[in-house]
Amino acid sequence: MSDQHVDARVDITGVVCPVTFVKTKVALEELEDGQVLEVRLNGGEPIQNVPRSLKDEGHRVVSVTQSEDGTYLLAVVKGGLAV
Amino acid sequence: MSMAFTDEQLQRYSRHIILKEVGVRGQKSISAGRVLIIGAGGLGAPAAMYLAAAGVGTIGIADADRVDLSNLQRQIIHATQDVGKAKVQSAKESMNAMNPDVEVAAYNEWINAGNIRDIISDRDYDFIIDGTDNFPVKFLINDACVMLKKPFVHAGIIRFQGQLMSYVPGRGPCYRCVFHDPPPPDAVPTCRQAGVLGVMGGVIGTLQATEALKFLLGMEGLLVGQLLTYNALTMEFRKVKLGQNPGCQVCGKTPSITTLVDYEQAACDLRPWE
Repeated sequence: MSDQHVDARVDITGVVCPVTFVKTKVALEELEDGQVLEVRLNGGEPIQNVPRSLKDEGHRVVSVTQSEDGTYLLAVVKGGLAV
Repeated sequence: MSMAFTDEQLQRYSRHIILKEVGVRGQKSISAGRVLIIGAGGLGAPAAMYLAAAGVGTIGIADADRVDLSNLQRQIIHATQDVGKAKVQSAKESMNAMNPDVEVAAYNEWINAGNIRDIISDRDYDFIIDGTDNFPVKFLINDACVMLKKPFVHAGIIRFQGQLMSYVPGRGPCYRCVFHDPPPPDAVPTCRQAGVLGVMGGVIGTLQATEALKFLLGMEGLLVGQLLTYNALTMEFRKVKLGQNPGCQVCGKTPSITTLVDYEQAACDLRPWE
């Protein structure tokens, strides 16, 4: 685990596309621009698609780390690409 | 509206929520939205179904007709077993079955100068869909919406043709700016007399539902000051720009129409809605 500052967390390992991104969006909408959301997600389809969808909507993925259990942790800055 | 969506709702509306232009906030606007559909026929049926599927929180539907076998070729909200049933009841049952999130207000009455204000005010509807098939009621809906400052989308279909335009108070022309007065009774055939390809209601009614959703989402790009026409024979869409008429009888600077009236209908139009 990095020492990235995190304002909120969401775990989307229990859902499949497109609810993965929907749950991420729900969590992001509760944050202010510039705040950081940590997303826990599975490998495969989620790790391929969710970061790309986040970038498409103007958020910045600042780190991706793989955990020992095979899941990933993303740190996302809300609106981080919008500037 | 601060109520959070359940996981089931997030899944139901996921294809909306993942759209950048919608998101959770936009879907909440849709869920808080109130749309009145006048006419549960060729245009109203697809509009009602898509708005119910989209999760519009309150959908009003007004019509006094009963489902007839000849309606089923295009009025897809009604099924064969609904023949004889009040159209608004049949439409309400279909919408409830599609989406339990939607509250349907059924008005089993013909819209006229005496009840239109009360029906529009009943749930303080945000947006009105004109799904009627005759000019007197179309002018009545326009005049009522101008007077009550309510946005609405006009549409008409006949044979292989359809058209629609939206009115948003203060943003563009009303229906009367463009068409002035109802034609004399029987001068223009209704689709009962002229026929209509069943899909025309689907195309145009769905575009009306699109206008309603875009309005609820606060999006730009509505058909305000624009008449969109569709010709299914040539497969052409055309957009005609329309200007506001400063001398318009109802939305102009010095309106001469300040009360609602029922215009005379063609004698054959005993049941005005398609």
